[in-house]
Amino acid sequence: MSNPLPAKIKRLRKRTAASNRQRMWRDVRERGIEGLLFMAAALSVLVTVGIVGVLLYESAQFFRHVSVVEFLTGTVWTPSFANPKFGILPLVSGTLLTTGVALAVALPVGTVVAIYLSEFAPFAVRELLKPMLELLSAVPTVVYGYFAIGFVAPMLQQVIPDLPTFSVLSAGLVMGIMIIPYVSSLSEDAMRSVPMLLREGSYALGANKIRTALGVVFPSALSGIGAAYILGVSRAIGETMIVAIAAGMQPKLTANPTEPAATMTAFIVQVSLGDAAHGSVEYQSIFATGLMLFLMTLTFNILGYILRRRFHQAY
Amino acid sequence: MLDSSRLILRGKRQDAIFNIIGILFTLVGIVTLAILVVDLMIDGSPRLSYQFMTSFPSRRPENAGILSAWVGTLMVISVTLATAVPIGVAAAVYLEEYAPKNWVTTLIEINISNLAGVPSIIYGLMALGLLVYQFKLGRSVLVGGLTLALLVLPIVIVATREAIRSIPGSIREAAYAAGATKWQVIRYHLIPYSMGGIATGTIIAMSRAIGETAPLITIGALAYVPFLPPPPVQSTAPFVNAEWLHSGFTVLPIQMFNWVSRPQAKFHENAAATGLVLIFFTLAINGVAMYLRYRIRKNLKW
Repeated sequence: MSNPLPAKIKRLRKRTAASNRQRMWRDVRERGIEGLLFMAAALSVLVTVGIVGVLLYESAQFFRHVSVVEFLTGTVWTPSFANPKFGILPLVSGTLLTTGVALAVALPVGTVVAIYLSEFAPFAVRELLKPMLELLSAVPTVVYGYFAIGFVAPMLQQVIPDLPTFSVLSAGLVMGIMIIPYVSSLSEDAMRSVPMLLREGSYALGANKIRTALGVVFPSALSGIGAAYILGVSRAIGETMIVAIAAGMQPKLTANPTEPAATMTAFIVQVSLGDAAHGSVEYQSIFATGLMLFLMTLTFNILGYILRRRFHQAY
Repeated sequence: MLDSSRLILRGKRQDAIFNIIGILFTLVGIVTLAILVVDLMIDGSPRLSYQFMTSFPSRRPENAGILSAWVGTLMVISVTLATAVPIGVAAAVYLEEYAPKNWVTTLIEINISNLAGVPSIIYGLMALGLLVYQFKLGRSVLVGGLTLALLVLPIVIVATREAIRSIPGSIREAAYAAGATKWQVIRYHLIPYSMGGIATGTIIAMSRAIGETAPLITIGALAYVPFLPPPPVQSTAPFVNAEWLHSGFTVLPIQMFNWVSRPQAKFHENAAATGLVLIFFTLAINGVAMYLRYRIRKNLKW
């Protein structure tokens, strides 16, 4: 029939056109929502850009007044003196010394705890002790600082008579205790994901648990355990409050843990508490110090990331 | 022929010895934590009182209190909460559901993983240079809250991603089969199911934020704050204002740090009492999060 379109088809066309329109708006909405969500995710990149940008910008201002060579190789750090000196080595040595003491506690203890919890402990014990260990990392670091200077330092003074109130030792020990869960948790995850097959093979050959743990499981989980160690290092380098409270604020190039020392982080806090004018060299020095700190932790984070990728890929 | 029974006994003995060593080493951390809490309680609990909670800091330690500190903490954390949770959940949803496997996504994921490892004081430096001076927002509650939000963002993102990832594909497929669009699936199916994981992650993030000191000191949160930020509600129209966001402030951990740094022993008592309040909050919050995690794992039976 060739008469004008029957009413039914006209109605059908109208409805299809309407639902096509609806679908178009819905697609626009969906696209818009996806865009918003993408921006939220991309914010993380912006934050990194912001951090690097601020650090570089202010450090660039700083290095107009102070030579890079003096900064990196100088052994005197006196930014508030009339004739200021900006050698960062004392601060770096303070950071490394406190980190060293902390790791001397956290790495052995964390590893043994991880081996025990993953290979030896019965289920009930593990489920009880793991959350308690995680609480260690939940305590605010100021509280640890108070503990270091209020309890640990006096206690150490009983053992080491000439120990000053502020020392790398008391700060480092407490920091080590704080880092134990970081090391043990990740190491334990690494060890638990070693397949049972490997253990069973070792048991079948007559090895006992400790032999299997040290000879089979530990080496197999090495990249994950390495990632855990690096996480501990990174955490120790970046720690601020414990060292600001308990390690003293005197920059000193020393390898002796029974002396006070200032870390890079403690210095930044010290200047922030003071009244360095915005734009002064002292103000800019905290950004140069922060840049140094950022580069150190970035290196370790990248190493840890690479190790963790290898550990995930292995199984 | 080797005496196999002797070898076996030696093996068992070694295992028994290591069992003991393992428990001892594990107890090192836990016992230290217990000693810390007991030490705080001995030093600080005499100082805990209504007067302590409702007084401003003062030059005389007996009169000093933490009023401005805990009000400041509350205000800063509310800004952090309001910022970090929407952005974190949005970012996690994008990364789990929408992101194609290209270099942009990899870049974003590397960034998030790197930001989680940046020391907190560096966030403070960034906020100082960017928010306080470049954007001229001043040393305010707003800047403090935003700094902490950026700091804990990776925690919220990771927790939300884990929660979304644990939802089985069959739920998604059933929704798509019924004709839902991607956003409808996310909004009406995925997010409700992952609420528990999101809540746990948020709680852990807030607990971390409450204890953070270094970034707030760096942006210039003051330590001697004998005033309260202006209240957000007022008796004249429009009944709410945003003045409080631009005010100077202090928070509990900074107040504790300030008192610990003084030589007088009486200020150390105040610091211990503040520490008790702080620990109480963080441990209570973590306890709630652990309980929630346990309940969720029990209830969700896929």
